[in-house]
Amino acid sequence: MPEKPIKGEKRYFMTGNEVVAYAALAAGADIMYGYPITPQNEIMHYWTRMAPKYGKNFLQTEDELSAGFTTVGGVLAGRKSFTATAGPGNTLMQEPVSMAEAMRLPIVVVVQQRGGPSTATVIYSQQEVTMTTIGGNGEGFRIVYSTSSHQELFDYTIKAFNTAWKYRFPTFILGDGYQAKMRESLTMYDPEERGISLVPAEPYVGKPGTPGTDRPPEQYRNTYNVEEEIYEVVQNLARDFNAIASEVAEYESLAADRSEVVVVAHGVVSRAVKEAVNELREAGISVGYFRPVTLRPLAEKELREAADKARVLLLVESAHGQMARLIKEAAYGCKAEMIPFFKPGMGITAEEVAARVKSILG
Amino acid sequence: MSVQLAMPKSWRIDTKPHKFCPGCGHGLVLKALGQAIDELGIQDRAVYGCDIGCSLLSWDFFNVDSIQTHHGRTTPVITGLKRANPDLVGIAYMGDGGGYAIGSQHLVNAAARNENITVILVNNTQYGMTGGQMAPTTMPGQKTETSPYGRDPQKTGYPTQGPEMVAAITREGAYVARGTVANPKQLKGFIKKALENQIAGNGFSFVEVLSTCPTNWRTNAEETWKFVEKEMTKYFKVGEIKVPEPRHEEGK
Ligand SMILES: Cc1ncc(C[n+]2csc(CCOP(=O)(O)OP(=O)(O)O)c2C)c(N)n1
Ligand code: SF4
Repeated sequence: MPEKPIKGEKRYFMTGNEVVAYAALAAGADIMYGYPITPQNEIMHYWTRMAPKYGKNFLQTEDELSAGFTTVGGVLAGRKSFTATAGPGNTLMQEPVSMAEAMRLPIVVVVQQRGGPSTATVIYSQQEVTMTTIGGNGEGFRIVYSTSSHQELFDYTIKAFNTAWKYRFPTFILGDGYQAKMRESLTMYDPEERGISLVPAEPYVGKPGTPGTDRPPEQYRNTYNVEEEIYEVVQNLARDFNAIASEVAEYESLAADRSEVVVVAHGVVSRAVKEAVNELREAGISVGYFRPVTLRPLAEKELREAADKARVLLLVESAHGQMARLIKEAAYGCKAEMIPFFKPGMGITAEEVAARVKSILG
Repeated sequence: MSVQLAMPKSWRIDTKPHKFCPGCGHGLVLKALGQAIDELGIQDRAVYGCDIGCSLLSWDFFNVDSIQTHHGRTTPVITGLKRANPDLVGIAYMGDGGGYAIGSQHLVNAAARNENITVILVNNTQYGMTGGQMAPTTMPGQKTETSPYGRDPQKTGYPTQGPEMVAAITREGAYVARGTVANPKQLKGFIKKALENQIAGNGFSFVEVLSTCPTNWRTNAEETWKFVEKEMTKYFKVGEIKVPEPRHEEGK
């Protein structure tokens, strides 16, 4: 049985879903659990074709509740486990994710956003930001990488497994239907050959020895009797999450500290924004961009710096203000005026962004 | 009058006395489970999952690695665990609301896939933890907080026949039984067989247990036993249930 799917480095031209399946293999994932939903289906299709060749497993579950909870079970058994979903499936996924948050279980969930609310479209959107960052009956103790290209889908899927197992918070890759279905070129590589060491998985239960004789039993709960208990649990979660936030948070920016207008966007929309900003800057216009790579936690300090120096933050997204809410909260009290440019469920072009910036600057 | 028998070795002594109400059947089921774990010598590789319902009180009941899951979700958690590490012996423990209502899709599909896990489901004819509402197992005419005039089968159907349903959809090799806390010895035998079946890799093993909830039934000791032995057995037949013969293969 070949041990590794990718040796050395190679250029590929493929769909994003295929990239995710390869990246999960490269990251050493052991088992995928999933339920069909467009536009993530092909992650399962490619995984089920490749997995047996590398001794990996797959289970098609009865729904996304089960996909999420079986992923939880896989992680408890000490295996790198993941699932993928979208839209209404992501809604159901929030219940298992809340258990993973409460118990610090490193599940990895790939979300390929589709239109909403409800069943909506199977094509594309950025409308799962709120749910993915702070869904469930919790406080959003999870890590969310919003990717913008196939290269990033590969890089960050590998990273997601490492982040999850290093910090023990549920970790999401937030893609979208365009990234899922489009073909694009990228370089795939064996992470270890690049010096990226893979954080090993460890069992939560079923460790060696007899509980009570050789070791105490491993017992995990998520219910508590009194207010003081849950208060302490959440305080500890918050403390740990805040402690790692600056280490985990990632962003990209261009002239965000010295421009009149700073355009804020994440995911594929940030590509259009970069293109627009580069063109406008060549024409001598005072504009920059800020792109959060992690939507949870946000690179708050850097964002606030930009929001204090710019006159305007132009918030661009394929949703009706879901990223904007995160940005406004993080930049509360900063000087910049926040101007929305929302196209829920629709793609956004560089031309549209450039036109908006020009109209703001008059 | 009752003789206090020795606790199973796999019980965690420092968490006893347990947290169930006096007269609750959960303790008796978990005693049978503890004895079965002891006799099979699987304390080191058993993983116990409990649901949300009164079963949640048992998250630290055994000297066995344990996970408290969500209401209805113990079956998929144990399924995922067992799929990821087949050397473990996965035990999913739940109430009738957890197994037959909110988690019924998991039970049905785990049974249909013949997942190699053991599910133990406590049937006390109502929702214990939330204060005695109607469950899928509530019997015709039985009064609960949400069927205060008695369950009317015309409006809300008849009690779910869980083991019969499971037996009808599992494959050859699965194990299905209905025990009762009124017969602990037989119950232990059923649970032990269910675990052995999993260890042998034969497939899904399911034991429903007729159990007591004097708190919500509002019964004294005598009425409690009468209810479980006389009333419940009118609808729920105790014994092992034969799983179907090997089925015709598609296309033959
Ligand atoms: C998603 C969800 N819905 C509802 C509840 C509330 N709830 C907690 S326990 C329970 C019923 C438990 O009844 P059963 O499963 O029959 O177990 P018992 O308490 O009788 O042992 C319910 C509805 C919950 N915890 N989670
Ligand atoms: S409420 Fe009923 S089922 Fe729950 S612990 Fe008390 S007696 Fe047992």
